[in-house]
Amino acid sequence: MSHYYLFQDTRKCIGCKSCEVACKSNKSLPPGPRPCQIITVGPKMIGGLPRAAYTFMPCFHCENPWCVAACPTGAMQQRSADGIVFVDSSLCVGCKTCISACPWGAPQWNPETGKVVKCDYCKDRVDQGLKPACVTVCTTHCLKFGKVEEMTQIRRERHARSVAALESTAF
Amino acid sequence: MEKTVYSLCFMCSVRCPIKVVVKDGQVKWVEGNPSVPGMEGSLCPRGAAGISFLNDAQRLQSPMIRDGARGSGKWRRAGWDEALDYVADRLKPIIDQHGGKAVALGERTQLATHVSQTFLKAIGSPNHFTHDALCKGSVNTACRSLFGLTDAQMGIDYKNCKHIVLYGRNIFEAISVKEVNNLMDALENGCRMTYIDPRVTVTATKAHRYWMIRPGTDLALNYALIHVILKERLFDAAFVDRWVHGLAELQDFVHDYTPQWAEAETGIPAAEIVALAREASAAKPSVVFHFGYRGANHTNEIYFRRSILILNALMGSIEAKGGFFFKKGPGEVGGKPARKLTEQTFAKIDVPRFDKVGTPAFPLPDPAHGVAQMLPHAILNEDPYPIKALIAFRLDPLMSIADTETTLKALNKLDLIVTIDVNHSDIAWYSDVILPESTYLERTDCIQQANGLKPQMFLRRQAVAPRYDTREGAMILKAIAERIGTGQFFPYTSVEELVRWQLEGTGFTLEDFDAKGFVAYGKNQIFWDRKDGIKLKTPSGKIEFVSSLLEKAGFASFPAYEPVPAPAKGQFRLVTGRNALHTHVSTQNNPYLNEQCPENLLWINAAKAAELGIQNGDWLDVSSKCFTGTIKAFVTDLIHPENVFMLHGFGHRSQLAARSWGRGLSDAALQENISDTVGGSPAYHDTFVTVQKASVKAAA
Repeated sequence: MSHYYLFQDTRKCIGCKSCEVACKSNKSLPPGPRPCQIITVGPKMIGGLPRAAYTFMPCFHCENPWCVAACPTGAMQQRSADGIVFVDSSLCVGCKTCISACPWGAPQWNPETGKVVKCDYCKDRVDQGLKPACVTVCTTHCLKFGKVEEMTQIRRERHARSVAALESTAF
Repeated sequence: MEKTVYSLCFMCSVRCPIKVVVKDGQVKWVEGNPSVPGMEGSLCPRGAAGISFLNDAQRLQSPMIRDGARGSGKWRRAGWDEALDYVADRLKPIIDQHGGKAVALGERTQLATHVSQTFLKAIGSPNHFTHDALCKGSVNTACRSLFGLTDAQMGIDYKNCKHIVLYGRNIFEAISVKEVNNLMDALENGCRMTYIDPRVTVTATKAHRYWMIRPGTDLALNYALIHVILKERLFDAAFVDRWVHGLAELQDFVHDYTPQWAEAETGIPAAEIVALAREASAAKPSVVFHFGYRGANHTNEIYFRRSILILNALMGSIEAKGGFFFKKGPGEVGGKPARKLTEQTFAKIDVPRFDKVGTPAFPLPDPAHGVAQMLPHAILNEDPYPIKALIAFRLDPLMSIADTETTLKALNKLDLIVTIDVNHSDIAWYSDVILPESTYLERTDCIQQANGLKPQMFLRRQAVAPRYDTREGAMILKAIAERIGTGQFFPYTSVEELVRWQLEGTGFTLEDFDAKGFVAYGKNQIFWDRKDGIKLKTPSGKIEFVSSLLEKAGFASFPAYEPVPAPAKGQFRLVTGRNALHTHVSTQNNPYLNEQCPENLLWINAAKAAELGIQNGDWLDVSSKCFTGTIKAFVTDLIHPENVFMLHGFGHRSQLAARSWGRGLSDAALQENISDTVGGSPAYHDTFVTVQKASVKAAA
């Protein structure tokens, strides 16, 4: 597992796809591949209100990535320093085995190069101390990038605020 | 070599502050300006597609002169001198023979609009018009009728809002980044959001209350809300006593507009209307009834927008934290605004405008913007006089003015059509000459006077040299002016020189913008004193529920509500709108945005679709009085049965914009050119269409 976690604060996501466009622009990709993608489910009426899920799907950078194990050329790799899973395109022969192996559809096909492209958390940016492209430009800052243990804090603090009733408590 | 340039986005008209990273003459990265609250890196998807726009080969690359019939698509590339000479050689005789008034220039309001206005003033033409009237002319007039100030002079303190009511203001899809983030912060802090729209949008999916209102009846809802607020004395009495003129007249007027009456008209239960009135009142004055962004739906538009503003006045949410505020200019802190070329002295123009704005025929719309949709009528009927030439500056009359076929007929009557644009727009396709403008990443622009709670100035800076043979609009108009003998009104040799001239006397220099992309006149937010300090510009100095502006022009302040009839059998009210991926008619050909959203679909209610035998994805023929076109069906429960809906901006006719050409259907082609003749907006949602499965593309 990579040391990082890309958390989507679903309450703030508006499904605008800024993340997808910024990702593609940063990687200069042609139409087709989407290393990250927002999948909208709904809207449907839930308890009299329309509700939709805007679900962010990057690569999850698994601890034991099946795509790396499946890759016959060694193009698909995991960085030892931080666990980021990336593809070295100079070694990729376009066999698509990683696409078959990944249960979540993370590796994408680039028709222009005939090779695979995937989310690498913008490792070049991360190495410069920056956030991934999608996280940096996210319209509502609903995408957060950091250490896994930091990311769970957002929901805990929000929940605490919602159950706290300072005005009407004696404690 | 890497450098950072602070600038302003222009993928839409919001002009978000951006940070641009340039390496070896190429734009490598764009993000929201990190120093600006609400931006902090953020971009909307259109802003994120900026680099692909810059590098797109399917945008205008050089001047072009028509080499065949108009709209035939036969062009020859020309040098700038040849193209500018071509324009001047035709413009000069028109001005000499018919006067400057025979020349009209339409544009989307932009940072160099004072240059365009100067161009026309110099030739003695009153016929400058902007896109604004098409978008929100009646909102502007409504604001002036109540406050003596325009909508552009008002802002919303989203961040501190406790309850916001949105009437089709699809704030999470028609995105202004700062507004979205400030509202997100408010929601995180417990702000309630009520969303009213005949169609479920992304905004609806985030709302605490959603009403699928019967289309066209929002005014009835508001009169009932006002009825409840006055009856139960839910208003801010101190504020209303001090600032409102005409409360008694309003009280008499809404007497019969009960929640029960509104329930029958709107489909919203009376008890829920009462509940909203009480809930909003509990949040006052930090409550916003949003007056809208686009406000161009119905022939009574001005009265609907007034009713929203009246609700805010009753809540005391004017010049209040978490409510509306009036934007403060540099004068508030003893500063000076940037100069404009229009401060020069011009010969007086004493002919009326082509749209008759400011005359008894059309007294109230803002002459600073005009009424664009009157252009086809003026040209076709030579009423009030012949128009012979049109300069279309990044405004596309063919896709923005309703009833494209009639607009085309009118344009064909012109002796000269010049387009200044960045895109292969439809108006470019039908022009005689195309003068390509440099994109926002390739040009420096005039100063943005950003009035608000804190007056500031922002600047668009050139990040890279033009990719193609393009120029800044301010330089293009100057070059034409020099060729027709009015060059003396354009005393600059570069846009940078023009900006330096603008900054004279402000106490700021161009270099002051280097560090962050903006300068501020002061540090603190300015709210006027709510007891005595609100500087209203109405004759009474009050918020005029009974409006001297309206009444002097012969219009009632409170005309009786006219019931909205259901569509005739087999007909639907056509409604249009936006999503996050496209700006008006200008981004549909962008490689990334086109990939995400290549065409529009016709939303139709599932029960109605079943009656017509229509299934999801079917090709449909949609017919209005003006046009019949084909579009694919999106069958859904999430739209009112009286409506059909399509996104604005599709169905492009320019074949040189190959990705968007012929994709989807143009709403403007279907819409009838009718207006709110008091406020000035078009009534885009007062067109009815029939829908049936298409005969031709049914198998596709």
